[in-house]
Amino acid sequence: MTLPDLGSWGAIIAIVAMALATYLCRIAGVVLMGFIPLTPHVRRGLAALPGSIIAATVLPLIERLGLAAAIALLAAIGSMVLRRSELLALVVGMSVIAGLRALGF
Amino acid sequence: MDKSAAPVTGAGFRLGMRKVSVLVPGVVVFAVAFGAAASAKGLSLFETLLMSGLVYGGISQLVAMELWRPEWSWGAIVGLAVVTATVNSRMILQGASLQPWFAPYSKALNAFHLFFFTDANWVIGTRYRAEGGRDLGVLIGAGVLLWVVWILFTGLGYGLGALVSDPRAFGIDLVMPIFFAAMIVPLWRGRRAAVPWVVAGLVALVTAKLFDGYAFIIVGSLSGALVGAFADDAA
Repeated sequence: MTLPDLGSWGAIIAIVAMALATYLCRIAGVVLMGFIPLTPHVRRGLAALPGSIIAATVLPLIERLGLAAAIALLAAIGSMVLRRSELLALVVGMSVIAGLRALGF
Repeated sequence: MDKSAAPVTGAGFRLGMRKVSVLVPGVVVFAVAFGAAASAKGLSLFETLLMSGLVYGGISQLVAMELWRPEWSWGAIVGLAVVTATVNSRMILQGASLQPWFAPYSKALNAFHLFFFTDANWVIGTRYRAEGGRDLGVLIGAGVLLWVVWILFTGLGYGLGALVSDPRAFGIDLVMPIFFAAMIVPLWRGRRAAVPWVVAGLVALVTAKLFDGYAFIIVGSLSGALVGAFADDAA
């Protein structure tokens, strides 16, 4: 069987393929967990998951982006501890990174 | 089904929109950056808006711009889909972490609202639920508001184009890490509860060193969840 020629539809089909892949990611974890009984161990594992996702996402990114990014994130966390405002944390973090990068870091 | 056990209300929807409004400025700059990148890559405005509307995943869309090409083959499309799935694989775990919340609701409602499931409303939903909230409308309101904002400002960025040609200078690559890092503060439940997070971070660091791509998020997060699941047994 040969696949039909893409013609001028290549970009649209590429976008639809991305959308399908992303939607599968959105539902896969929810569907899978529907088959796993919520034992106390599973419950505690799920409780640890959000913080683990954050640490596992952010730490390697900082390592890749460098010291300026690390300082900006620490500043954002610091402002969050003091003021509990995500908006302020964003402003602080982005000001610090933009400033440091403008200075050539 | 007991309605009170699975609430989804208009008031919750509006509360979700209010809660997520603090994250809107970050999503706006991210969306403008994506729109500008898409116009620089030669996508039409329609294709750009279609991608934001259907995919609705900022990082994966920016990565796709790196891989975008004027001519497509079926092989290249499959490759793009695979890269998109790995970049967005964190959503699998984010969905799993909230599944106990979703379980009482109908499959159709879950299939519908998960289309709007993204980092920012996961952040809002996780926090709301940790504080004892159960109204699914909060998650949906936050997701739908950001989806509209994402599409609108993708279009603006497309129009601005070259004006924002260097998003890095404004720190746009740090928007998502800042959201995530700031969320650690409300999630904090003492040092013992943070042990799995440390393990997750360290395992992810090592994995990122050893393997290209985004596998480090999955490997690190699952390591943290495993530690969390069994850590208290020894104590």
